[in-house]
Amino acid sequence: MPAGFTVDDFYYLLPEILLTGGALLVLVVDILLPRREWAALGMTLFTLTLTGAAVIGFTGVDTTISAGLLAIDGFATFFKTVVIVSALLTVLMSPSYLRVEAVRPGEYYFLILCATLGMLFMASGVDLITLFIGLETMAVSFYILAGYLKPNQRSNEASVKYFLLGAFSLGILLYGMSLLYGETGTTTLAGIAEALAGGERSLTLALALILLVAGMGFKIAAVPFHMWAPDVYEGAPTPVTAYLSVGSKAASFAMILRIFIEGLPGLVADWQVLFWALAAVTMTVGNIAALTQSNIKRMLAYSSIAHAGYILIGVVAATERGVAAAMVYLWVYIFMQLGAFAVVAMLRRKDVIGDELKDLSGLYLRKPLAAVAMLIFMLSLGGIPPTAGFMGKLWLFSAAIESGLVWLAVIFVVNSVISLYYYYRVVVFMWLKDEIAGSEIAVSPAMATALVIAVVGSLLFGVYPQVLFDHAQVAADMFGSAVSSTAALQ
Amino acid sequence: MAEAIVFWTLAVLILGLGVMVISARSAVHSVLFLVVNFLLVAVLYVTLNAEFVAVIQVLVYAGGIVVLYLFVVMLVNLKKAPERYADPRRIAWTGTLLAGAVLAEVIAIVYASVSSDEAGAAGGGFGADTPFAECGAGPLVSCNTEQLGWVLYTSYLIPFELASMLLLVAMVGAIVLAKRHL
Repeated sequence: MPAGFTVDDFYYLLPEILLTGGALLVLVVDILLPRREWAALGMTLFTLTLTGAAVIGFTGVDTTISAGLLAIDGFATFFKTVVIVSALLTVLMSPSYLRVEAVRPGEYYFLILCATLGMLFMASGVDLITLFIGLETMAVSFYILAGYLKPNQRSNEASVKYFLLGAFSLGILLYGMSLLYGETGTTTLAGIAEALAGGERSLTLALALILLVAGMGFKIAAVPFHMWAPDVYEGAPTPVTAYLSVGSKAASFAMILRIFIEGLPGLVADWQVLFWALAAVTMTVGNIAALTQSNIKRMLAYSSIAHAGYILIGVVAATERGVAAAMVYLWVYIFMQLGAFAVVAMLRRKDVIGDELKDLSGLYLRKPLAAVAMLIFMLSLGGIPPTAGFMGKLWLFSAAIESGLVWLAVIFVVNSVISLYYYYRVVVFMWLKDEIAGSEIAVSPAMATALVIAVVGSLLFGVYPQVLFDHAQVAADMFGSAVSSTAALQ
Repeated sequence: MAEAIVFWTLAVLILGLGVMVISARSAVHSVLFLVVNFLLVAVLYVTLNAEFVAVIQVLVYAGGIVVLYLFVVMLVNLKKAPERYADPRRIAWTGTLLAGAVLAEVIAIVYASVSSDEAGAAGGGFGADTPFAECGAGPLVSCNTEQLGWVLYTSYLIPFELASMLLLVAMVGAIVLAKRHL
């Protein structure tokens, strides 16, 4: 065996290998089998479940493989679980939507699985090159998925916009990475942390830091790099939008936490300032822009921008508690955000596009259960107890206070209050307006399953969050020690 | 000193051509500037002892991608071709000249490689004058390609394999998006 690569590595790569094999099989199954729609769906769900089981099987493992390029640790396992659960929910809400849009499901599921594969590598990569290729695999899959509705002009526009801005932002990110490599002579995060442990500063490093923050800012749609988000979210097929706003965001946050907290703890004071400003502006602009939207997908796009700002608080805190809070929030965020998008996807019928606020009117009369589910998602997104969103916000708030970020905490609370207005508006449309338009709303079994899982997730972690806290705490432990030891040095 | 002169000359030329690419009025001119730009970047790589990257730069960027650009630019017909280029006799002459030049080049390459083979007859075979075997732990300057291959297939094997999935995604995507009916 060549240096630094052993048979054990393949054992630890089991989830990724299963997922790759499953994705390739989906392509084959789609062509060979009759009743291909169900075959592709079944194969996709089977692959994701198997991959999820393999990921959970590595709970408690803490090692690096492949010559130190990939880490299999609590942090990676946590984010892999987040990504796979969101992929499962996305796939469950897809079949009825795809049927209405009359597009082929085979390649769609293949691309969803490949995006998931990229995210797995983003969650476990501890080397700039590995992280970048994972990010690129995810991004390319999303460029195609955003334009999957070919006759639809808005979908085409979304794809082109996302592709151009995405390629541009990846260029910026790569520039930052290459400067960092030039400065430290290594691409592994551990090596970079070691090289910068002395606390030296230079113009090149500052430039690298700014470019990295800008490049990652694009991926999580932080203001002022958020311009693509509303248009792409509006034009892309609704399940793709859902996955884009959740999976892509979670994986990008995993990458941010890895790069900055594990790779650049020596520069913590510098990037904290950058992220502080980014978090404050992102929350405020996201929430204020969401107030005036009449399209639900655009509104949820701005709301997801605002949530990226909230989660950044955990990054700014840069403590064990901050990382844990960001992870807790991402976990509860997937259920409420995916649930809200599932309801929007459900509203898509032959004669109704279903993404305007007025399409929700009278939902309580037609589908009371779906309306109640949407109410729970909106309450959770707004952070009202006893939902999971409240627990997530509580953790972020306490992490901010603990790190002495009082002003950021104040901005956070003010923003949460502002956001209640537009979440409440959705509820008003569902209950108080009763003009009913369009044909009957059908809820497929897969869609119903997705909604039930999302509701359970949004409520369960609100009333019984302890399991989640424990997992996040374990995963965040390794970062806490890394940061506090460097902070003590300075 | 000499290195610095080469570097700064190249830097000025590359940046200048980059500006020309985006400021040229005709799309075809713009692409042609881009070709020269890519070639100069390849020269920059050579001065940095990165021969492999330089060759790839010429093959993939200056060769493959830019030819595709030219095809696209000509297919979408951004600007009508000026009259004088439409003269068939002129095209025939230029074509013959270019074909002759390429033929001469091919003959020269074949002749050169055959004679170098004869010179290094002890090793035998095409390109036998390159000492592959000695490159395992050779210095970076002379064995760039071998070392790159070694690293790529050992420590970086997994990202390398992931890149193949990335290419598959791009391929499936191109088919999905470009084909009218699947």
